Amino acid sequence: MKGRIHSLQSFGTVDGPGVRYVVFLQGCPMRCAYCHNPDTWVIGAGEEMEASYIIEQYHRNEGFYTDGGITVTGGEPLLQIDFLLELFELAKKDNIHTCIDTSGITYKPGNKAYNDKLDRLMTMTDLVMLDIKHIDPIKHKELTDQPNDGILAFAEYLDEKNVPVWIRHVVVPGITDDDYYLDKLGYFIGGLKNLKALDVLPYHDLAKPKYENLGIDYKLKDVPPMDKQTAIEKKKVILAGIKRRRAEENIETDYKEHHTC
Amino acid sequence: MRPEWTDFVGGKWEEEINVRDFIQKNYTPYDGDESFLAGPTQDTKDLWAQVLDLQKKEREAGGVLDMDTKVISTITSHGPGYLDKSKEKIVGFQTDKPFKRSMQPYGGIRMAEKACADNGYTVDPEISEFFSVHRKTHNAGCFDAYNPEMRACRSSHVITGLPDAYGRGRIIGDYRRVALYGIDRLIEDKEEQKASTGRVMTDDVIRLREELSEQIVALKLMKEMAASYGCDISKPATNVQEAIQATYFGYLSAVKEQNGAAMSLGRTSTFIDCYAERDLKNGTFTEEQIQEFIDHFVMKLRCVKFARTPEYNQIFAGDPVWVTESIGGVGVDGRPMVTKSSFRYLHTLENLGAAPEPNLTVLWSTRLPIAFKKYCAKISITTSSIQYENDDLMRVTHGDDYGIACCVSSMVIGKQMQFFGARANLAKCLLYALNGGVDEVTKKQVGPKYRPVEGDILDYDDVMAKYEDMMEWLADVYVNTLNIIHYMHDKYCYERAQMALHDRDVLRYFATGMAGLSVVTDSLSAIKYAQVKCIRDEDGVIVDFETTGDFPKYGNDDDRADEIAKNLVKKFMTMIRRHHTYRDGFPTMSVLTITSNVTYGKATGNTPDGRKKGQPFAPGANPMHGRDTHGAVASLSSVSKLPFNHSQDGISNTFTIIPGALGKEDQVFAGDIEIDLNK
Repeated sequence: MKGRIHSLQSFGTVDGPGVRYVVFLQGCPMRCAYCHNPDTWVIGAGEEMEASYIIEQYHRNEGFYTDGGITVTGGEPLLQIDFLLELFELAKKDNIHTCIDTSGITYKPGNKAYNDKLDRLMTMTDLVMLDIKHIDPIKHKELTDQPNDGILAFAEYLDEKNVPVWIRHVVVPGITDDDYYLDKLGYFIGGLKNLKALDVLPYHDLAKPKYENLGIDYKLKDVPPMDKQTAIEKKKVILAGIKRRRAEENIETDYKEHHTC
Repeated sequence: MRPEWTDFVGGKWEEEINVRDFIQKNYTPYDGDESFLAGPTQDTKDLWAQVLDLQKKEREAGGVLDMDTKVISTITSHGPGYLDKSKEKIVGFQTDKPFKRSMQPYGGIRMAEKACADNGYTVDPEISEFFSVHRKTHNAGCFDAYNPEMRACRSSHVITGLPDAYGRGRIIGDYRRVALYGIDRLIEDKEEQKASTGRVMTDDVIRLREELSEQIVALKLMKEMAASYGCDISKPATNVQEAIQATYFGYLSAVKEQNGAAMSLGRTSTFIDCYAERDLKNGTFTEEQIQEFIDHFVMKLRCVKFARTPEYNQIFAGDPVWVTESIGGVGVDGRPMVTKSSFRYLHTLENLGAAPEPNLTVLWSTRLPIAFKKYCAKISITTSSIQYENDDLMRVTHGDDYGIACCVSSMVIGKQMQFFGARANLAKCLLYALNGGVDEVTKKQVGPKYRPVEGDILDYDDVMAKYEDMMEWLADVYVNTLNIIHYMHDKYCYERAQMALHDRDVLRYFATGMAGLSVVTDSLSAIKYAQVKCIRDEDGVIVDFETTGDFPKYGNDDDRADEIAKNLVKKFMTMIRRHHTYRDGFPTMSVLTITSNVTYGKATGNTPDGRKKGQPFAPGANPMHGRDTHGAVASLSSVSKLPFNHSQDGISNTFTIIPGALGKEDQVFAGDIEIDLNK
């Protein structure tokens, strides 16, 4: 079947392990203030492409992806779950490492029809990169225009399904860099046994021109970029939260074993 | 076994000149990491500070600190020169002073005079007279033999950068032989070679005998030059310091006599490592001392300088020497050839800081040890000073003892050499095809007066037919121009020092090259897939184009464009192959204009792909700037479709990327982003 694709990137180095073929899917319900791909928001836009075409494109240059694979991102890739099911089925047939970069926003615990599909998709998914924008429900709503209860439930769902997870978190000065909440975030994800990595991204404002071109108001125009050093400090705060939870629950922390992901 | 070779594993190399056999039997592969490396010693720091100071003074003096205007440079023309004799562990400069440029008039006296004049010096009038009246130079020889067509092509720049007024370079002596065997044994070998030539004195036998005699003279002079520094290189080196020193004296002899376009070093690190390992085992030297020797060696290589003109520097974007050293690779038996000294050579970039010379080139294989790959990545990120070449591709034809001359020209060390041939401007050739041989800039009839294209809209089949005819003509005049150049270079500016460190019978690559590949590819693609209207000036010469509609562009893994590029390479190479080559040279071609693409662009008019008159071409086989829109892999994939068997002298792709795009915190290649809870 066809998916709605925003663009294809042949050389992804920051979207999962190794060099990856990155598929940007079109459409997203979130309106994160710092989103750097506002051109992927509109649902129903983009170019229609067959899943088989994408796999073909991957194979053309598979020599580059020996330690990588395919990453679907967006937009919100899980909006097009039927397409992902076909894409990953084809990928797994060819032994390709699969990764979903998601906000987790599509997950609703009671939605059986959707969750059955999700169950099936997770059997074909090697890694989920879950971007938790904010641990606090109210602040999350302010930042993204969406609630975070489903997102946190999705994290627990992934844990239950034992899908390897990288947690990503963007630190924005004055918005998502409060130590209190970062510690809470750490404490939450510290409870996930499937957690393989924590990826703390300093906020940058390189997307500003995109907003201008699209005629969308950029909400963070007065917010400065986050400096790298502070981001490293903030990462430590989250790590401390993770440790606290792990100590309480006595979760094994031998991460050496997890170098495969 | 000779006493100098004690503890080495013997073999064929003892009986014959065979450095590869010595390396294969004696090198110790190293798959560990860089933690063993030593920092710079105080002497290294002091000497390097001196070099930096001289560099600064040289810049302040406008580019040249001192030039010789009286003494013609030979292996022994100058007495010893030092930075600080008490601190230098590896010695030797081209002249009697560091940063003093030597005078090398055999390539062409006018070039030597101009190089001096442009820098505020004057060549001794007696020398000018001698080389104008009594002794012909390579340059004068070429112009004696050129026909009017060749001269026209030269001045219109449809053929550019020809080595007819300067040294052709791209010949790598096997400098390691000096260390392993000592000069006396090498002279013996050359005497045997001379005795082995045919008895019937045909002109090739006469030439060979004369050249071997020249080589023997060069070897004797090397010994003499080393002795002036207090070193005896008549016998094999006994330790790593002597081995490096002897190898360097071999190289130094070459750069004292040849101001070549590329004076590359070869593949020395794993050879040197055999000595380093032996010395470490025997307690002769410590790691710190061995690193110091290598640092001082590299420091000397960074000080190699030639007298050149501003025009020359413009063609090559600076004053490059191309002291290329090839590191790593995998042996034909499957063992990686990475040794501790491979690390030590790269480590000089940390100990002395980043620098373009020597051009440290990693022969990359998927099978290199992971720790070495990581170290390369780390040094690339911090210094941007490493070049990479595909060993898996070249090993198939070249085995495991080849080196790179200049940027990509591969040759088996001591067994193969190259006749460097600059390149033909394929983009300009396309414009000649459209205009019936009339140059679009000068309006002169340079190419043959074929029928130009008619009508306003370019038809692909018509253009291709005309273009192929014009390419045939260009290949013919190009190869024949090179035949003259190499004949005259051998005659008047023979590389006796470098050739003394080669076997008797070498394979001579007859190198040609093309410039403007991506310009032509996109132009032809535009003609084929969009609509290109030509605009003629008042003389009826097509000088501009109007392109309507989009067209596939080279650099996006789009076969429609990439096929055009592939076919161009194959076609032009096939045309080159049809011609007689001087000394039975093996014809090859390259797509590698790393710096001169700017100059070629300057001399070329508007092209149908939308490139404007005077704008630079893309370097080498690169897609045109900004036209590759599908990411790096798609771009690289287009380049990798070019057929290596039709472009054996190399295909280069200049790849620039900000470290952040390669991964977060420079860490992706050096490990992933695991949570480390122990910290």
